[in-house]
Amino acid sequence: MTKVIVDGTEVDVPGDFSLLQACEAAGAEIPRFCFHERLSIAGNCRMCLIEVKGAPKPVASCAQQVRDQRPGPNGEPPVLITNSAVIKKAREGVMEFLLLNHPLDCPICDQGGECDLQDQAMGYGRDDARTKEFRRAVTDKYMGPLVKTVMTRCIQCTRCVRFVAEVAGVEEIGASGRGEDMEITTYLEKSLTSELSANIIDLCPVGALTSKPYAFNARPWELRKTESIDAMDAIGSNIRIDARGPEVLRVLPRVNDDVNEEWISDKTRFVVDGLGRQRLDKPYIRRDGKLQPATWDEALAVVADKLKSTAPAKIAAITGDLVSVEPVKALKDLLASFGVASLDCRQDGAKLGGPRTSYLFNSTIAGIEDADAILLVGTNPRWEAPLVNSRIRKAWLRHPVAVARIGAPTDLTYPVSELGEDFGVLGKLAAGEGDFAEALKNAKHPMVIVGQSALARADGAAILAAAAKLAAATGMIGPEGAEGWCGFNVLHDAAGRVGALDAGFLPAEGGRDVAGILDGAAKGDVEVVWLLGADEIDTAKLGNAFVIYQGSHGDAGAHRANVILPGAAYTEEPGLFVNTEGRVQKAERAVFPPGEARENWKIIRAVSGAAGKPLPYDDLTALRAALTAAVPHFGTLDTPAGSPGADTALWSGVGAAGEIAAGPVAYKIKDFYLTNPIARASKTMAECSREFIAVPALQAAE
Amino acid sequence: MAWLDRTARAVFLTDFASAFVLGMRYFFKPKRTINYPFEKGPLSPRFRGEHALRRYANGEERCIACKLCEAICPAQAITIEAEPRDDGSRRTTRYDIDMLKCIYCGFCQEACPVDAIVEGPNFEFAAETREELMYDKDKLLANGDRWERAIAKNLELDAPYR
Repeated sequence: MTKVIVDGTEVDVPGDFSLLQACEAAGAEIPRFCFHERLSIAGNCRMCLIEVKGAPKPVASCAQQVRDQRPGPNGEPPVLITNSAVIKKAREGVMEFLLLNHPLDCPICDQGGECDLQDQAMGYGRDDARTKEFRRAVTDKYMGPLVKTVMTRCIQCTRCVRFVAEVAGVEEIGASGRGEDMEITTYLEKSLTSELSANIIDLCPVGALTSKPYAFNARPWELRKTESIDAMDAIGSNIRIDARGPEVLRVLPRVNDDVNEEWISDKTRFVVDGLGRQRLDKPYIRRDGKLQPATWDEALAVVADKLKSTAPAKIAAITGDLVSVEPVKALKDLLASFGVASLDCRQDGAKLGGPRTSYLFNSTIAGIEDADAILLVGTNPRWEAPLVNSRIRKAWLRHPVAVARIGAPTDLTYPVSELGEDFGVLGKLAAGEGDFAEALKNAKHPMVIVGQSALARADGAAILAAAAKLAAATGMIGPEGAEGWCGFNVLHDAAGRVGALDAGFLPAEGGRDVAGILDGAAKGDVEVVWLLGADEIDTAKLGNAFVIYQGSHGDAGAHRANVILPGAAYTEEPGLFVNTEGRVQKAERAVFPPGEARENWKIIRAVSGAAGKPLPYDDLTALRAALTAAVPHFGTLDTPAGSPGADTALWSGVGAAGEIAAGPVAYKIKDFYLTNPIARASKTMAECSREFIAVPALQAAE
Repeated sequence: MAWLDRTARAVFLTDFASAFVLGMRYFFKPKRTINYPFEKGPLSPRFRGEHALRRYANGEERCIACKLCEAICPAQAITIEAEPRDDGSRRTTRYDIDMLKCIYCGFCQEACPVDAIVEGPNFEFAAETREELMYDKDKLLANGDRWERAIAKNLELDAPYR
């Protein structure tokens, strides 16, 4: 720790803090454009000028570190001055230069109202221009369907260039020219091929990069802001939902260093236009082979009758990927009161269950930064969890990390040694064969990440067991407790999965799993199937079963349904989501569900009333109390599970012994932009899919 | 002697006579009232009457959907929705003013960076139903077209004081 004096107050800050951060620690506000905590230092906007005692002229405070400052003649701490007249004048000069070429188009600029340049010009700008020269004009660049560019507004802070090169890992934006002629460009009008590309919209301190789907839609002061949790992947990114009236207009990231830092994936950000399309806004009942609108009373009565008149062994339920914990718990309790055993939350058939540790990302997402050897097993983190991928890249940028993968090669933005596509390698690595076994052995924080593509195979349980064995054999499982290290990780790709597993929405004694349910439905052994937002199953296999679909969007499940109970989407109901680390987070309601759609747990509660077996909770508080009583950790928000320790009994029980079949692994996610009903209803996501998935595939084929 | 005074005034009709003189004096003075529908009083160039959306000389509408008027409106009478027009420019798809809410403060025209929304000189827009006073974009643009000459004149006259 180093002492500095900022405007007369002494503060003690780490030596690697920049002067800017030291001043902020002392409570002084430093204007900046190019500096960003999570990017490298560029020092080119010069707005953060401060006075350092002893220096001949103002210095850019972002570009110098505290430990590099010289103490005073008698060993006093370095003195920094942020509020002198000299500094005010210097910053005003910088601002005048920045505004020389900045167009006066704030009224038509989407950044207006949340623009750094606008805000800081209020403090440091002149009210008139002293020049009569023309302002420069720059042609706009094409950056894909998500990012709109108005390059004349650019002040060349290069935050976007640094983000794309450092965090996103695709070097697709650069600067050409010098001085006034400097321009930010993409290479040959190519769109940005990163799942994180739209974060440059937030980074841009001016209106040069703005959101294309949101263009001219609204002003920031019109929006109602709700802090919530994302449901597009199992990371549980912290988001802010901006809505106007009944419509969600955009999603922005919130800072949570343990989860998403301050980035979100493009799908999280732009899927929201799907919330307004293909919605189920009233109950439907299939009569004479056609879905016809019905009242809630009719729909509830039909469902209740079906539940009462069918033998429990012939009823089954499957929950989907976007469902929060509350409706899962309610559905489990409702069906348990009828004695139904065939419940499953693993739409893709992943062989997970058992002890909690065996299906969590135990090392935590932030823990990836400590890892020095990472084995990816049947996972494509770039599509399954883009922010986990960016963490691995961050770790790789900071210190040497050996990353290896079992599975098909894809570009992950950092070097990966490919160990082939045969999961038998897991056994060999555990036995100490191969170069990577050596790397795992020598690593201080080794880590294995098992993906759903591996676990969804028929031999998924054997792969999970082999991975656990490898983890135990290579010392990945350290001592117990928060300080301990547990490198055995399962990476989920569905937001609702861990919560449903925690709530125990799994086949009870004698129950069927997803494959069993579909099989039984095809054969006629299962007569009633309740799909709670489950659309990723093969609905053709449902045979003649009576399908109750409860969900928000008209997708595969609703298409096949006999009764549709319209439910809320993730932005429309309060709910708990458990991310892949086992972190319980609370999503809030940003807007109300459309039409007659209702909160999902309320629908299930209403069915229970209609069926004459009312559930013992009438409001959300009571439901959450029941949930916490059944599973205590639902009461603890925002805390990951932590390391369970090297308990051999636990680890030998993970997965199931069995033969691992040879043969390549097919990644579960074929199209990052179309993984769930909301994304499939979204126009923006369809455009992305065409631009980034379909067209490159065609070009590759040619 | 008060009774004598009162009686004298009653006998000689002094009250009646003085009132008659006063009445006749006003009768021959110039009139203060005007014959309204046929005659109108003078209006200041700053008069804040009925709203209008103006166009540029080439027919392009001025409004760029910056929503500053909507933001500043103290009565929240203005509703704007916008999206990119086919040529990529920023335009409103909806510009509504609820003239029943409007308090004619003139903040909207003060806020407008392109002199698009103005309060023109027209004050004769009373209507028989409430609905007629919910103005939409077409109505406001039509107002602009109808009153453009008067509005432009007023803006020109007021410009030296801004």
